[in-house]
Formats: sequence, C-alpha cells, structure tokens
Amino acid sequence: MGLRNFVDKIKPTFSEGGKLSFLHSTFEGFETFLYVPNTTTAKGAHIRDCNDIKRVMIVVVLALIPAMLMGMYNIGYQSQLQGLAELEGAGVFGLFWYGFLKMLPMIIVSYVTGLAIEFTFAQKRKHEINEGFLVTGLLIPMVMPVSVPLWIVALSTAFAVIIGKEVFGGTGMNVFNPALLARAFAFFAYTPQMSGEKVWYAVDGMSGATALEQLSTTGTMQWSAMDAFIGLIPGSMGETSTAAILIGAAILLFTGVASWRIMLSVFVGGLAFGYLFDAVGMTEFPAYYHLLVGGFAFGAVFMATDPVTSAQTNCGKWIYGFMVGALAVLIRVINPAYPEGMMLSILFMNALAPLIDYFVVERNIARRKKLIKNI
Amino acid sequence: MKLSKNFTNPLAANNPVIVQILGICSALAVTVKLEPALVMGLSVTFVCAFSNLIMSLLRNGIPSRIRIIVQLVVIATLVIVVDQFLRAYMYDVSKQLSVYVGLIITNCIVMGRVEAFALANKPWDSFVDGVANGLGYAFILVLVAFFRELFGSGELFGITILGDWYTPNSLMLFPPMALIIIGCIIWIHRTLNKDLQEK
Repeated sequence: MGLRNFVDKIKPTFSEGGKLSFLHSTFEGFETFLYVPNTTTAKGAHIRDCNDIKRVMIVVVLALIPAMLMGMYNIGYQSQLQGLAELEGAGVFGLFWYGFLKMLPMIIVSYVTGLAIEFTFAQKRKHEINEGFLVTGLLIPMVMPVSVPLWIVALSTAFAVIIGKEVFGGTGMNVFNPALLARAFAFFAYTPQMSGEKVWYAVDGMSGATALEQLSTTGTMQWSAMDAFIGLIPGSMGETSTAAILIGAAILLFTGVASWRIMLSVFVGGLAFGYLFDAVGMTEFPAYYHLLVGGFAFGAVFMATDPVTSAQTNCGKWIYGFMVGALAVLIRVINPAYPEGMMLSILFMNALAPLIDYFVVERNIARRKKLIKNI
Repeated sequence: MKLSKNFTNPLAANNPVIVQILGICSALAVTVKLEPALVMGLSVTFVCAFSNLIMSLLRNGIPSRIRIIVQLVVIATLVIVVDQFLRAYMYDVSKQLSVYVGLIITNCIVMGRVEAFALANKPWDSFVDGVANGLGYAFILVLVAFFRELFGSGELFGITILGDWYTPNSLMLFPPMALIIIGCIIWIHRTLNKDLQEK
C-alpha cells in the first residue's frame, strides 16, 4: 500500500491552506480515481448504492470496447479492400493493428482536450472533477470518419465540452449529448471533411460511398445485410458493426446502466417508419436495413440512452425513444441533404425531452386529481 | 457629468443587446460580414438618435393617447430616409441587408428609447441617449461580425486575413453561431460585471 501512504502524505499540500491548494480538484480527481473515497456526506438523506457515477461510466466504456475493436479492424479491412499496398496479404491482426494506429491518436486527442477543459473548469469553480467525460471522450472519435484531421477532433471536443456542457453547469446539467454535439459541430463547420465519398478511408485517394449514401441515392447497396450486420462496410469509426454494438447493448442492459425502454422504442420507432415508407413506396429496400447501416444502432444504444439528456419518466422514455427512431428514418428518407438522420434526431429529441417529461407528469397529476374527485 | 453617464451607460453596463437582449433578430441576420454589420449599426444609430431628438422636441405638444402613432410616423420616415440613402450610395450593401433596413422600424431599441427616454427628457440629452444606444448596438454587431467573418471566411471587410492554411469554419456562417457568440459575450460581460448576475 505504498501508493496509499504516498497519497495520504501529499494530501495536506493540496488541502485548504496547503501550498498547492489551488490544485485541490485535480488532486481529488486522481485520489478518487485510485481509491474509493473515505469521506461521507454530512447531511441529507441519500440512497446508498455501490454504483457510483464512476462505476456507471466504466461499464459504458466496457460496453463500447467491442464496437471500438471491430471498428479498428474494419478500418484496416476497408483499406485492404481498396488495394492499399502496405496491407497486401495482411492477416486479421495486421488489419486490426493498422486501424488501431489510425484511431489511437484521435482517442488521445479527444481525451486530452476534453479532460484539460474539464480540469480547468473544476479548478476554477472549485468543485470535484466529474467522470462523465470518460465516456464522451471515447464516443467522440467513434462517431467521426477515419480521415478527419486531429485538429477538428480537438476543436469539436472543446466546443462540445464548453458550449454543450460547462455553460450549463457541467456533468449532469447538459441539455444535449456532448459527443453528438461534437459531431454536429464538426459536421456543420467542416462539412467536406466530415461527409462525402473520400472521408471513409484512412489514405488519400480512396473513395466510395457508404452503405447509407448508396441506399439513399440508388435504393440498393453493394454489401449484403450480413456484411452490414457484422460491420464490414465503410462508415464512421465505431458505428459500423451492429453485432458488436449489440454486445455492448447486452452489457448495458444486463448491468441496468441503460434504459431498455429507450433502446427498444428507438428500434421500434425506426422499424415502424421504415415499414411505413416501404409500404407507400418511398424506399425500395427492406425496412430493417435502416437499423443495420449508418449510425442507427450506435445512436440507439449509446447516445439516445444517455441518462442526462433523455426523458426521465417511464412513459416519457417510450415517447422519446419512439420519436428518436422515427425522426431518424424520416430525415434519412425525406431529406436528401442529410443521408444520416440519427445525429439530428437525437439532438432534436434531447431538446424536447424535458417537455415530454413535463406533459407526462402533468397528465399523471390530472389523472390523480380526477381520482380524488370521483371519491 | 450626467451627460457622460448617459453616453457611456448604453455602451457597456446597460448595453441594449447584451443586457436588455433587444435587437437580437437583426444581430443574427446581418453579422455574417463586417461591412453590412457596420452599416446596419450606423443606420440604427442614425434612426435612434434622430427619432429621440424629434420626439423630445415634440414631447410637450403630443396628447399621450396618440403618441405611439406619432412615434411610428417619425421612425418610419427616418427609416425610409436611411433606406433610400443606402440604395443611392451603397447599393451592394443595401442588397445584402435586404429587408433588415426596413425592419429597423420594428427594432425594439428605437421604440424603447423613444418611449422610455425621449418623452421625458430634453432634446440634447435624448439625442445623446439615442446615439449611445445605437452605438452600443453597433458595437455588439461589429464584434459578432468580426468573429464570424474572420473564422467563417478568413477575411475582414472582404480582405483575406487568414491564408490558405486556414480551413473556413462554415458553422460560423449559420445564424445559430451568432447566437452562441452573443451568448459568449454575455457570459464574459456578466463575469466582469458581478452586479448583473442573478442570484
């Protein structure tokens, strides 16, 4: 327990009155990262649970790992398909390693930028550092195309953390999902670097439309549904493999971290509108394709279920989830400018979530009042 | 002493845009480039100053129940003067500003200053108040347009400042970014002026 002793020894330096007391939040952040805090709340009633915010966040990070590994392999696989000379004859591990080296810098950049801003704000406002960014920092690279320059990753992370989160008061107070806000910022600010045919491959000169773009322009795609399910199609780094995302979903649902109501209703909403458009003849491919291509599954499992920005009431969760899925398919089919509707639909429903909750609560109050009257 | 306070107050501590949150609509619409933003700011300053002056001169002769219609006539006349002037001498800018020159008549700052200040104060004070409020509005517009044009197209007044290495941020050209920039200015302003912060 040498580390524990060391932490205890340097603690007074960072406490009030100590030499480095202005770094108190940083110290506390590292201390609680290493050890379970031994302080207890002084007043007020609290529900005791072994699941603190740190553990919840770690579970989400774990759930993201299958999709991330699959995404890394897919980066190499897609480049090999395009005939990249250095990957000729490379095995599974070679392809994975190639993708790993492409994705790692972005993950580092996103974490360093985001955590630096979080630490600065925590220090300035003299509160503890929250762990929310552990998930956001991993989500941001996963929803970006592989060729996006590192400075765009850094800039959109900074925008999302400052304008999307710290302005509203930090973790737990944000209206919009920060990772999606980062993607929306990058998408609208640097459209040529974020969409089109050239961005989905790691090397310059390669190009090809994603499955989603092919579906929206021609109504068919060159890959089979199985390819799309396993994730061997071009797309943002972490979103392609529906199979790996479902493993993550299983982890989230088994541990009770994410709401099954939201997850299920997003898929139901997407399918319902998919079949609707299929029935009226506006799309020419099977409705379930919508769930396999693009960021639909990723958004449904990891973004829409964000406990901070989604609806809080159970009834509200059903409405919220259904609308997310339905709007995503609606944007995909109706609006030719945005082949991917998941980002916009989740952000839009984030804004409406408090309103949904408000009406659900109001309706409940009205119903109960009526009960009293009848007695 | 009183005069100088009349003049400086609307520029910072009681700025019409970032404290009273007036004139936001045009602040979003005309701030993509510096030139139209500056022209718009000066137009509003002109309308605001002279409507204040004229209404202050007329203030004792107008029955209070018809004052709004008189104000509208005065402001509308001034707006038409500005509009015709821009069309005659600055046609390009006038085209960029399109309807927003005409819409100065609905700008809450103009009507608000006439109602709140000019009808109760002497002509010279009212004139200064109008100029100061117009300049306070123009200042924020120019500030927002500065960031939007610099980062959105890498230019200032149409002259390239940031070279080829700079990738323009197209989000800056969309109105939401103007709102975010105004929000950031308000944030900084309130951090500096602690008395403005709500409890």
